[in-house]
Amino acid sequence: MGRKLLIHNDKVPNIHTLEVYRAHGGYASVEKALKTMTPDQVTEEVKKSGLRGRGGAGFPTGMKWSFLAKPEGVPRYLVCNADESEPGTFKDRYLMEKIPHALVEGMITSSYALGANQSYIYIRGEYFYVSRILEQAISEAYAAGLLGKNILGTNYSLDLSVQVGGGAYICGEETALLESLEGKRGNPRIKPPFPAVAGLWGCPTVVNNVETIAAVCPIVMMGGEEYAKIGIGKSTGTKLISASGHINKPGVYEIELGVPVEEFIYSEEYCGGIRNGKKLKAVVAGGSSVPILPTELILKTAKGEPRLMTYESLSDGGFQTGTMLGSGGFIVMDEDTSIVKNLFTFSRFYHHESCGQCSPCREGTGWMEKILKKFLNGTATEADVDLLWDIQSKIEGKTICPLGEAAAWPVAAAIRHFKNEFIEIAKNKKFVDISHYNRLNKVTA
Amino acid sequence: MGAQVHGTQPFDKNKRTEIKFNDAAMATVQTIISRYPEGKQKSALLPVLHVAQAEFGGWLSPEVMDYVASILKIKPIEVFEVASFYTMFNLKPVGKCVIEVCQTSSCWLCGAEDIVKHIEKKLNIKVGETTKDGMFTLKTAECLGSCGTAPMMQVGASYHENLTYEKVDNVLDKYKSEGRQRNYTDLDYNNTL
Repeated sequence: MGRKLLIHNDKVPNIHTLEVYRAHGGYASVEKALKTMTPDQVTEEVKKSGLRGRGGAGFPTGMKWSFLAKPEGVPRYLVCNADESEPGTFKDRYLMEKIPHALVEGMITSSYALGANQSYIYIRGEYFYVSRILEQAISEAYAAGLLGKNILGTNYSLDLSVQVGGGAYICGEETALLESLEGKRGNPRIKPPFPAVAGLWGCPTVVNNVETIAAVCPIVMMGGEEYAKIGIGKSTGTKLISASGHINKPGVYEIELGVPVEEFIYSEEYCGGIRNGKKLKAVVAGGSSVPILPTELILKTAKGEPRLMTYESLSDGGFQTGTMLGSGGFIVMDEDTSIVKNLFTFSRFYHHESCGQCSPCREGTGWMEKILKKFLNGTATEADVDLLWDIQSKIEGKTICPLGEAAAWPVAAAIRHFKNEFIEIAKNKKFVDISHYNRLNKVTA
Repeated sequence: MGAQVHGTQPFDKNKRTEIKFNDAAMATVQTIISRYPEGKQKSALLPVLHVAQAEFGGWLSPEVMDYVASILKIKPIEVFEVASFYTMFNLKPVGKCVIEVCQTSSCWLCGAEDIVKHIEKKLNIKVGETTKDGMFTLKTAECLGSCGTAPMMQVGASYHENLTYEKVDNVLDKYKSEGRQRNYTDLDYNNTL
């Protein structure tokens, strides 16, 4: 069993209440940070920990914090990105729903480190009921003197509130999120300036993912160096993985970074193997945006080494033979899955979610969906495969925000690794969904 | 004012005068506004639109958007441009219960298409349509963050997960017999995780 730092108490009855959460050591990081550490010391520990942003980009959190501008007399903000929308990802929801105080605690400790006196949790609108759970936790924290003026008798004060979004994937991009938090359309901003200089209402702002902020608590408690001992190389600590698709045990797993992919898929501790006794065909390892890999490349690198659940190992070989850890949205597909149709669901998603600001993304995502639809209708030709490739290559790197890449990469990877499937449909002039068995039947035969 | 909002529905001056939050909803709106610094009340727009949608029949008419603009002291077009951007805001009338079936990757892999077909048959409507009695509107949705418990559908605040035909039938029959409007803002959410 690997160590768990974030959701080790998820099965404790009533862990969502302040009383039970505190009885299990909750809010210790607030006590420790506010009473025995300076804000810079907290940041220093986060730097030492090697913690990397858990939303998908994997940028070092301590470094992001150290970029925060601190002009006199200007408020600074910490905004939590709880707009979890990357297909295949549901870990933040799990954490917030089961242990809401873990996020509230992380928000207090992190806000203290950044010198923010007002912080927001921006949560996707569909998670409205989760916002209720968070609001309940926040009001308990206020009543216990953990939020508000002079927290725990110190001279540090913090107000924290939740804002719900309106159903837009793009608001998970940090500048679009800030636009939305300001009551506008979620159109990403051109960077620079980065939020660390001009973020919410033009003030210096740090935007961090839910899991990142929650991880600050164990880092403060155990110390950054100790945290960095978990994992391998630059992939330190633990990571929440959302496992879904054709596996026996879908769900959220906290792993020590470095677990072999094969173990993660097949061991009883994690996914428990492919359901209905089927064989593995492909995996999308880090949310819909990252390249899909066929069995042989997800279990082993091109060099033949076992592929590990780390930022480095998953990206080994670049996009030719590798992928990314991303958000940890781990989608598993069995041998009966049509890669073309799965890709269609991704492309339809990106077309729906493009904000429309940049032409390559606004138009390109629509074209890709339309062409993939031709494959499903059996009207596509072999030239359409080249056309798809051409379009995706003209989106990547030509947009304000990474949604363009996110839409292009899955198309490129599906063609790279599963071109035969496209060609076959084009040649036969018909699409046969090879998933014959009842997909609603989850029980292992 | 008023005619500045160009929705898909015509603006009705007489209806506009009838639009007003009740005391409880107004108190909620004031609490939301108080979360932002002085002068930044526009930030309250998304949460306030959710309250408005729930209060005024499950959709945002031009009159309702005009009213929200007046409360937040912003122009009606600022409300419309936001309401039209975000998927969760309905700019046309919908049924009392909007059924949103997730159709992205993991849900598709686990049979979302069969769930959609089942509901279409059961309610005798297609995706995007509303039943004649005004009870249900059927929609498909993009990833709702329920991939490990796929397939799933959202109705108002509730997530219904690990769906089977039987589970769908039970939920929809129950909602039909209760007959009330279901909103994202409902407190009696029933998630089945």
